[in-house]
Amino acid sequence: METRDRPQGSYGDRERGDRPDRGSRGGEPPNITIRRPFFRRKKASPFAHADASPIDYKDVKLLQRFVSERGKIVPRRITAVTAKEQRQLAKAIKRARELALLPYVAG
Amino acid sequence: MPLYEHTFIARPDLSSQQAQTLADELGAIVSANGGEVKKVEYWGLRSLAYRLKKHRKAHYVHLNLDASPSAVAELERNERIHDDVVRYLTVKIDTVDPEPSIVMQVKSSRDERRRDRP
Repeated sequence: METRDRPQGSYGDRERGDRPDRGSRGGEPPNITIRRPFFRRKKASPFAHADASPIDYKDVKLLQRFVSERGKIVPRRITAVTAKEQRQLAKAIKRARELALLPYVAG
Repeated sequence: MPLYEHTFIARPDLSSQQAQTLADELGAIVSANGGEVKKVEYWGLRSLAYRLKKHRKAHYVHLNLDASPSAVAELERNERIHDDVVRYLTVKIDTVDPEPSIVMQVKSSRDERRRDRP
């Protein structure tokens, strides 16, 4: 492996979430500069809006956005919801499943 | 007294009239035990996400209760015995929303769209 020449203090320039081990998924070789190997803007939570609807087990349409085609709960690293919201969502989805509003397994 | 949201699922071979009478009957159990039914919503005959006792569709009724835990326990005991009730869920809540719940809002907007169609 190639060792990179890093000037002192360059760690401070790195953004949060700027992890070289993530990001370059798939086949292409990463075409990146040395200072910023990969940068992804942090996505805002879909519930961060002022007029976002509250997490409710009765709101099937809302919950469906956080469930995979298979009916599984989507991890929050993909949906960008906060940890607190993910806990509330998980509870709401499980309640909706109990009432047969959402499937336990789909497809 | 604590507030609860209570939803039960009734067999599809009831008419919607019968489902609502059933809701009244079960609500009477709560009142008889010193509770109060704050709101009743009939969500209609909905298709289920998975088969429940071989049924693919069922009547949903949603109640908002202000009742003691023992009254809710009595309600649930009766529902377990009742043949027409397939499933129920009780959730404790902090406040009763006077507005119709999201299910009713979706339902009414869909009904409106259907009316607009020729």
